[in-house]
Amino acid sequence: MATGTAADVVMPQMGVSVSEGTVTKWLKNPGDTVEADEPLLEISTDKVDTEVPSPGAGVLSEILVQEGETVEVGTLLARIGGEPGTAAPPPPKEEAPPEPATQPAADEASAAADEGVREAPPEPASPPARTPAGNSHDGDGHAFVSPVVARIAAEHGIDPSTVQGTGSGGRVTKKDILAFVESKATTPAPPEQPQPAPAENAPAPAPPPAAPTSQTPQAFGEGEQVEPMNAMRRGIAEHMRRSLDTAAHVTSAIEVDMSRVVAIREKLKGEYTKAYGVNPTYLAFVARAAVETLKDWPWVNGELRGESVVTRNYVNLGFAVALEGGKGLIVPVVKHAEGLNLLGMARGIADIAERARTKRLTPDDVQGGTFTITNPGSFGTFHGTPVISQPQAGILGTYAVVKRPWVVQDELGKDVIAIRPIMNLTLTYDHRIVDGAYAGQFLHDLREKLESWGESDY
Amino acid sequence: MPEKTYLQAISDGLRQEMRRDKRVFVIGEDVGVYGGAFKVTLGFQEEFGPWRVLDAPLSETAILGGATGAAIMGMRPVAEMQFADFISCGWDHLVTVAAKQRWRAGTPIPITVRLPSGGGFSGGPFHSQNPESSFAHIPGLKCVCPATPADAKGLLVSAIEDPNPVLFFEHKHLYRRIKGEVPDERYTTPIGEARLHREGDDLTVITWGAMVYTAAEAASKLDDVSVEIVDLRSVMPWDKEAVLTSVRKTSKVLVLHEDTRTGGFGAEIAATIAEEAFEDLDAPVKRIAAPDTPVPFSPALEAAFIPQVDDVVAGLRELAAY
Repeated sequence: MATGTAADVVMPQMGVSVSEGTVTKWLKNPGDTVEADEPLLEISTDKVDTEVPSPGAGVLSEILVQEGETVEVGTLLARIGGEPGTAAPPPPKEEAPPEPATQPAADEASAAADEGVREAPPEPASPPARTPAGNSHDGDGHAFVSPVVARIAAEHGIDPSTVQGTGSGGRVTKKDILAFVESKATTPAPPEQPQPAPAENAPAPAPPPAAPTSQTPQAFGEGEQVEPMNAMRRGIAEHMRRSLDTAAHVTSAIEVDMSRVVAIREKLKGEYTKAYGVNPTYLAFVARAAVETLKDWPWVNGELRGESVVTRNYVNLGFAVALEGGKGLIVPVVKHAEGLNLLGMARGIADIAERARTKRLTPDDVQGGTFTITNPGSFGTFHGTPVISQPQAGILGTYAVVKRPWVVQDELGKDVIAIRPIMNLTLTYDHRIVDGAYAGQFLHDLREKLESWGESDY
Repeated sequence: MPEKTYLQAISDGLRQEMRRDKRVFVIGEDVGVYGGAFKVTLGFQEEFGPWRVLDAPLSETAILGGATGAAIMGMRPVAEMQFADFISCGWDHLVTVAAKQRWRAGTPIPITVRLPSGGGFSGGPFHSQNPESSFAHIPGLKCVCPATPADAKGLLVSAIEDPNPVLFFEHKHLYRRIKGEVPDERYTTPIGEARLHREGDDLTVITWGAMVYTAAEAASKLDDVSVEIVDLRSVMPWDKEAVLTSVRKTSKVLVLHEDTRTGGFGAEIAATIAEEAFEDLDAPVKRIAAPDTPVPFSPALEAAFIPQVDDVVAGLRELAAY
């Protein structure tokens, strides 16, 4: 009869450079029965939000890290206890390999495959580590701040997320903030701030971020609402600033007559939707043509690495996906896009977009991009200057398809005005590696493909 | 200062007022020859005569109708409902006539209605209720719910001298269980003024009547949490300032009453706290009250119905941990 601890749930390694994660939501309460692989909790890192499945069947006997707490990778989050009659007997202890004290991070990364769970380790994990700030905000950045705490915080110009909470779920209680106010009065040192998470794929150690976000607590005025940044927002803030500090951003734009694309899409839409359940979006057409164009202009798909220019024979195409409710932005990657036809591209985009919005992306999904497409056009915007995802060399912006009066030539070669669906495309490129002429030629060729390609070319 | 039971204090206060003021008379079922169902008016008829200690027929309508007429004519009737539950028979006189008289005609209507209320002795659905919230809702009526012997006497005197109808809810469970020092001389306890039963820093319990003692016992079981208990004493008018002062101090509030939950007077208090002390709250206002059912006979069920010390302990712990 199985009793006691059947399996431990630990904070998974969500990428090589990720050292900590935030528990955003427990999907089960202590005492709840859980099935193996049933979603148990949601976590958030600066890379991804994801669900962690239960390592085994049994009863969630203990939650050790509350919602909103940020802990280091490997920290014990919860225990799944076996329940008499329902759970398998616990594995023999000797099967659990002792963990080397100094395990390289790379090894740990490979352990990410076990989805954040491992059988009862021989050494019980140390008490859950808290971030220096011990903040009580959850992954959505919505800390629960009680009315009285909000008022005291406003009166003293304190960011409540910088206060160690002792209440339910790590909530900052009135006593906590009053003690904080008192301690601040006696010790003038500012409270420790969480360090911005290190950047993924950084070619060189990132320069100290100049972000104003990690300064001493700001004073908040009347009418202002304050909420702490979540891990994703911190990551975005750091990355955007660093990109602008790194790359020499230049944006070129081009207008594309999408008549042929519209016609082909009309023709394929029904078939694709019916046969494959996939909608061939304009974005898929543009992505398909862009990948093809990148083959001829490899530096746009390249990278400046130290003193070298890196080009590739493959395209890992990132797509900027906005999360609902302005909760952030994530750039999942369609790997080896050079091998995908239109159907594969449409399917790949739909897949990552869906998984991004339902928090089912894996760390792999957001790494290794070589070029990015951002599509603010779905909101009707016709121009933009996006920020390059480092260490890439460019980002393609696609905008709304708008019917416009367009000068074309009739069959006699005379100019006439026609109504054409026009899409603006922008290429924002790093002028350190890509020059204006090169970028212009890339855009020119991309336009030619979109305007001249037939169905079989996609 | 002599120690008296809660019941003795009521009896003494009433006797004192009858000796002092000839307009004061008692009317009720078995209040005269028998001395009252709970013996509050024992010996009264001998002292004051049958015309000031009136044995009424088994009709709350007649008792409250008579009291209303007498009050309009300048008397100061003290009407006893044998059990608070039976007041519903006299609703019309009390609510339609007495409550509106002063507003409508400008004449004083000094009625005191004594209401032996509350459960805890397997009295069942007709002899155990706490109907204070029904009457607190009626403009023109005052409702007091003393918890201590001293307050019982002081509030009864205040009720008798008040020019408005006052419902005096005397908790049966306290009659002989609770003793306290009660001054012999005449004094009044102001209607609408709360009393701090216990001072504390972490949590506030707002309560009244017998629940004051339940709260106090629960508070004494929590070593690590400092609980303040506000005994409201008057439910209408109620001491909003005392409540808000305590809420501002502790920021965590439990409203406790023996009456049923929905529409109980605790809801009014919780709503007022949310309205006027929102920015002082560090936890949701918690209510502990009886469930929305009639009062059960069975001792086990009644114990499950009336909030018990353990229920309050659990509620306080929950608030403390929030």
